Amino acid sequence: MYKPLKKEIVSVLVVNQANVLTRVVSMFGRRGFNIDSLTVSATNDPNLSRITIVFSATEQSMQQIITQTEKLEVVKDVFLLNRENSLYRELLLIKVNAGESERTGIKEIVDIYRGKIVDLSRGSMIIELTGTPEKLDGFLDVMESYDITEVCRTGITGIETHR
Amino acid sequence: MKLTGSQIVAEVLLDHGVDTVFGYPGGTALNIFDELYKYSDRIHHVLTAHEQGAAHAADGYARATGKTGVVFATSGPGATNLVTGIATAFMDSIPMVAITANVPDNLIGRDAFQEISITGVTMPITKHNFFVNRIEDLEHALREAFRIANSGRKGPVLVDITKDVTADAIEYSSKAPYELTKNPQPDGQTVKKIAEMINEAQRPVIYFGGGVAASEASAELVKLLDKADIPATYTLMAAGVVGYDNPHSLGLLGMHGTYTANRAVSKADLVIALGARFSDRVALNPAAFAKNAKRVQVDIDKSEINKNVTVDVSAVCDVKDFLNMLLPSIKETKHEAWNEEIRSWKDKEKIVNYEGEGASLLHPYDIITHTCDLTDKDTIYVTDVGQHQIWAAQYVKHQKTKRFITSGGLGTMGFGYGAAIGAQLGNPDKRVIHFTGDGSFHMNLNEACTAVSNNLPIITIILDNQVLGMVYQWQTIFYGKRYSNTTPERKTDFVKLAQAFGAEGYRATTPEEFDEAMKKALQAEGPVWIDCMISREERVLPMIPGGKTVEDIIID
Repeated sequence: MYKPLKKEIVSVLVVNQANVLTRVVSMFGRRGFNIDSLTVSATNDPNLSRITIVFSATEQSMQQIITQTEKLEVVKDVFLLNRENSLYRELLLIKVNAGESERTGIKEIVDIYRGKIVDLSRGSMIIELTGTPEKLDGFLDVMESYDITEVCRTGITGIETHR
Repeated sequence: MKLTGSQIVAEVLLDHGVDTVFGYPGGTALNIFDELYKYSDRIHHVLTAHEQGAAHAADGYARATGKTGVVFATSGPGATNLVTGIATAFMDSIPMVAITANVPDNLIGRDAFQEISITGVTMPITKHNFFVNRIEDLEHALREAFRIANSGRKGPVLVDITKDVTADAIEYSSKAPYELTKNPQPDGQTVKKIAEMINEAQRPVIYFGGGVAASEASAELVKLLDKADIPATYTLMAAGVVGYDNPHSLGLLGMHGTYTANRAVSKADLVIALGARFSDRVALNPAAFAKNAKRVQVDIDKSEINKNVTVDVSAVCDVKDFLNMLLPSIKETKHEAWNEEIRSWKDKEKIVNYEGEGASLLHPYDIITHTCDLTDKDTIYVTDVGQHQIWAAQYVKHQKTKRFITSGGLGTMGFGYGAAIGAQLGNPDKRVIHFTGDGSFHMNLNEACTAVSNNLPIITIILDNQVLGMVYQWQTIFYGKRYSNTTPERKTDFVKLAQAFGAEGYRATTPEEFDEAMKKALQAEGPVWIDCMISREERVLPMIPGGKTVEDIIID
């Protein structure tokens, strides 16, 4: 039976110790779970780190991802972020080949998206943008008519507004 | 009192009631082995021929006693030689603690002599592992290892200790083991719902696996079978949980399961999986498995629910807790029509002895049933992997749980002798029979020296067909008899080889010769091998090819 893949965001609280990321990620690898993006960050508790992972998964494989992750000794909590009441942010850096003639057009787009031009040289510029993944996708879509030479995205981090 | 790391290792073992360990020394493990020498009155270290044998011995010890198996190895090759043994225990959820030494911390990461990152190597095949390079962390890591190995779904844990830590000293005092993580309790509503499903079912079947053995719930399971009059089938890991002569037992399920069991699952209106994981050797075609049934799964490991086959209702808890909560809500009933229908399939069950060209006078069925008739009810049967393993699973007159020891999940050829050694050392008063094939036995028969040195009266019964039988059988059926690398033309004389090791050896070509050899073997003080000459054309039947269903079963 075909079940469409859905993008899901999972937040994993892990003990802050050596090899913890390897333990989590190698388990995904050996069980064939595909990761779209992954971020690791500190939390307010120095003993814990947070791994935020974006998966494309069916409901059944999502259940597997969560329960297999829960089984790891280093994992203290795993939860699926609820889209309706969570905030997501991602940071984007792009490098664009742009001479004098393109600058104004690009600046206009950057301003509309409330981004920042953080570096400028004669032939190129670097733009920084923070926002939801959808906003970043939209920005990249608009920017496609320019000569983008590099794209760096941090991957998503997310937090629930209430639990 | 201040103790060295090596002393702490020994003391933590004593705190956990460990009196028997298996292993092999080496350079980085010298401090630990020096301490084992001093503790030898309280901890019996059994030296094997190879670390793999030691790991299988610790595993067999754990399976036969219910205690934690403990294995020691040195760094580098010592540690990597454990890998197959640890993986075997992992796949079958056997509690084991592997303790390895590593090079001193100042050499870590420099590709020092015999340095390997065994925690990296074993990450996928342990429940957890520890790399200890600070004496402050040692005691906690060792205690955690025992807690993790025995909590929830059991399994192996590895502790890797740098050599400097084995010499450093720190304050230590004896204490009780850490408390095991509490098992999730069965949910009353769910149990009630499952009870209703059982009470209403017309054609229920219970399918039970290693989880029932692990939770020691044989008695509770039999109560359920009797009270609700439910037929039951089992996986390889659960052979012995219900006696072979139990009227509800349909025998093995899956690839080499009985016709009756496979048919019953496919026709059932309710299938209840107890401590079983719908593996590809049971649910060969997961989409078609129990397709006419409501499916219920009870397992201690939440990640097993819906992993291979989706179920309608599930309970995440220990099987014994579940059964105890369930039983009062089960109505006493009789499923006469259903059991009658099942009985009508039993004429399909037969023992297929090869009688064609090149037939032997000795058949696997004779060997195994005669062995059971000549040994007592408490006998522990250990197998290697291959045709002989499945014949043993099918024909041994299983009486009790923890008396049939086999590598189910990983299917490790070479498992048997080490495991038999562990089982015998854990049960000095019980008879241990080791069934093997000439292929499996060639892998780790070097452990004969361990059996001889320790004067272990293990009887090794070699079902010798001169080929790698299981693969040979597949090549016969599916590969046009192209016998690629399964007919090794070996000239090994097992009788002489047994004698060369200091054991006794016999050969049998007829049932009479076999009985005679067994009678001598049962009188022997030390290990005995009986080389049983069988035909290479004997097949393991019935057989359902991978991915297929009972409709495709090969019966003869």
